[in-house]
Amino acid sequence: MISNIPALHFLIVGSLMFFIGVYGFLTRKNIIAMLLSAELMINAVAFNFAILNRYVFPVHLEGYFFSLFIIAVAAADAAVAIAIIINIYRNFDTIEVEEVDDMKY
Amino acid sequence: MEQIITYILLALMLIFSVMTVTSGRILRSAVYLLTVLVATAAIYFIMQYQFLAAVQITLYAGGIVVLIIFSILLTHHIEHRMENPVFWKAMISALAALGAVAMIAWVLKDAQSIQNVAGFIPPKMEDIGMALLSYGKQGYVLPFEVISVLLLAAMIGAIAVAKPALLQFKNKNFKQDDQ
Repeated sequence: MISNIPALHFLIVGSLMFFIGVYGFLTRKNIIAMLLSAELMINAVAFNFAILNRYVFPVHLEGYFFSLFIIAVAAADAAVAIAIIINIYRNFDTIEVEEVDDMKY
Repeated sequence: MEQIITYILLALMLIFSVMTVTSGRILRSAVYLLTVLVATAAIYFIMQYQFLAAVQITLYAGGIVVLIIFSILLTHHIEHRMENPVFWKAMISALAALGAVAMIAWVLKDAQSIQNVAGFIPPKMEDIGMALLSYGKQGYVLPFEVISVLLLAAMIGAIAVAKPALLQFKNKNFKQDDQ
């Protein structure tokens, strides 16, 4: 059963996954790659909510519903982000963030 | 047995997260992200959160990753290789991430005392549905409605942003300015 595994191991993996996402978000120059890193972060947060709910409040479902709503919000933000990416590509012929700077100056 | 599988899944999640953010080919890193998401869903299954696992697979692994792959194929040549980050920038980012990990580790050292609270009943589908639509105690009808409005707004916004005809006029002005 899962009860043989301490919650700490799951929490370590969840937080490492979150900061791997942060690292990717800081280093990548491509908008889609940045979106992938953001999805990694969102997934890590939902994972942590589910784990804490399973271990600390097993009879309630608060963390469970938080995970559900996080996944739904992630779907909405991926849809909007991809619409924006396609629009940027149409206007600039590239999706590298360094070259999309017309509103910067 | 279940323990070994869980540890394998956790290791897979970590390895493929690292590969997602370091791979030079964007299509591959999308597929690595898919692996991470499916491994997460497998852990939800092991925790007996079947509905959450199903949502994770259908919405995340099924919906979002397909959307991302779709947009990668629209905007990149399939052989496209991303340039590697500049070394010192990668080092600074890694340092920032590692500092944050150290902070979290400092917090997590208290988490060793988290014990598995007894009395777990696998949530029934009926209970989940009732809780989502109840407005009493432990009811989630307000976030449920807010999410539905958010999804509607996101869909309309996505269509409005990606619609080409709206932008034709502005683009014309924009290009003339350039010349």
